[in-house]
Amino acid sequence: MIKLVNVTKQYRVRNGVHTVFRDVNLAIAPGEKIGILGRNGAGKSTMIRLLSGAELPTRGRVLRYMSVSWPLAFGGAFQGSLTGKDNVRFICRVYGTDPAAVMPMVEDFAELGRFLREPVKTYSSGMRARLAFAISLAIEFDCFLIDEVISVGDARFHQKCQAELFEKRKDRAMVIVSHEAHNIREHCDRACVLHAGTLHPFPDVDTAYAFYNQNS
Amino acid sequence: MTAAVTQRQGFIRALKIQARVIGALILREIITRYGRHNIGFMWLFVEPMIFTLGVLALWTALGLHKVALPIVAFTLSGYATVLLWRNTINRCGNAVEPNRALLHHRNVRIIDLYAARIILEIAGASISFLLLSTLFVAIGMIEPPDDLLKMLLAWFLLAWFSLDMALIIGSLAALSESVDRIWHVASYLFLPLSGAFFMVDWLPPYAQELVLWVPTVNCTELLREGLFGNITRAHYDIGYVVLVNLLLMLPGLLLVRYVGTHVEGE
Repeated sequence: MIKLVNVTKQYRVRNGVHTVFRDVNLAIAPGEKIGILGRNGAGKSTMIRLLSGAELPTRGRVLRYMSVSWPLAFGGAFQGSLTGKDNVRFICRVYGTDPAAVMPMVEDFAELGRFLREPVKTYSSGMRARLAFAISLAIEFDCFLIDEVISVGDARFHQKCQAELFEKRKDRAMVIVSHEAHNIREHCDRACVLHAGTLHPFPDVDTAYAFYNQNS
Repeated sequence: MTAAVTQRQGFIRALKIQARVIGALILREIITRYGRHNIGFMWLFVEPMIFTLGVLALWTALGLHKVALPIVAFTLSGYATVLLWRNTINRCGNAVEPNRALLHHRNVRIIDLYAARIILEIAGASISFLLLSTLFVAIGMIEPPDDLLKMLLAWFLLAWFSLDMALIIGSLAALSESVDRIWHVASYLFLPLSGAFFMVDWLPPYAQELVLWVPTVNCTELLREGLFGNITRAHYDIGYVVLVNLLLMLPGLLLVRYVGTHVEGE
């Protein structure tokens, strides 16, 4: 279970304070798959980062009763000058997993070949996303936070993600942000729409999309 | 289970996680700073060693040692203290930016980034001082120290002061880039005042009083008393340094906390 209790997030900007959202409440049950919709800048990524704990709420509380991945997004989470392999080792150490046990699976899944020994800053965003997916699958989380990166890689990689993430790990919770409606429709049980600083929950994806389309 | 027990377990668990994270960060720093080529992480203390040796050679060659104290021991102890505070503080000036992406991982916090660099620098300066002095004592260029305990205490107090300053300068630099630049200039200007190149006893009384306000001077004096014993008269106040260190810790930790809530991941 993850719970957001009266969460408000504000950023200080040049001329005052920008409120991303106010008094958001949300509960994510184990195994539940939730999509988050919203226009550019509505705060979808901020929401994911708050859920992960990478960012702290300005007010309110985020309670985590299960292990939660870091935000699997196109940027970030890797140190650029380290090689892919050293980043894998770092992340394993941080999450308390044995790097040696994880490495073969990461090598196999990320399909980066000899690039795994190159600095991550030389990677394309797709390569980074593949590496991020591979490590997060190797470490095993109860809840995966996925920010726009489902459609990464070619058809074959897509297929693999499909099998590893949505079939083998269909018992896990997921929070998915995607601009592509079919991703959310395909994988999520329900969806929320971030609009004008508020999170609107909907019991199913279709009503969420109806609201989203009306308001954009 | 009582609340107190759960709380203590929670604390121990948190402590374990933090130790794990700092350990991971130390390894990560070692890899990017020193690489896996040639002598790798040994640069950590070889670099300060070469520096100290170079200065030592220069001073000896120029004959700038019109002092009553053994020049090698005097120079070595002076530069060791400079390296300790300078490297520790300098390395924290740019601790956040290269590691910003790692803040995506919940358990990696700003304070861990500083802690990893501080531990690494203190360890490097200590190992290099230890190796060099052992070497010089072994080949007879330095007399064995008079009171090792005094030296250890001085080193500890100076490391503590460096830690405080590293947290303060590090977090101010994370908030404003100009702080790092100003600090670099300031640290050069501070160098002659740091106590590395003189004994307080050589100064006129009014200057002695002034210079003893500087914590590093007190530490260096104590270190040298431990090293030379009664050859020289050292001036210091341990209580004063402890007080300053305690007082500086507060703004240091508060600033790190402030940075932690205001600096976001990439």
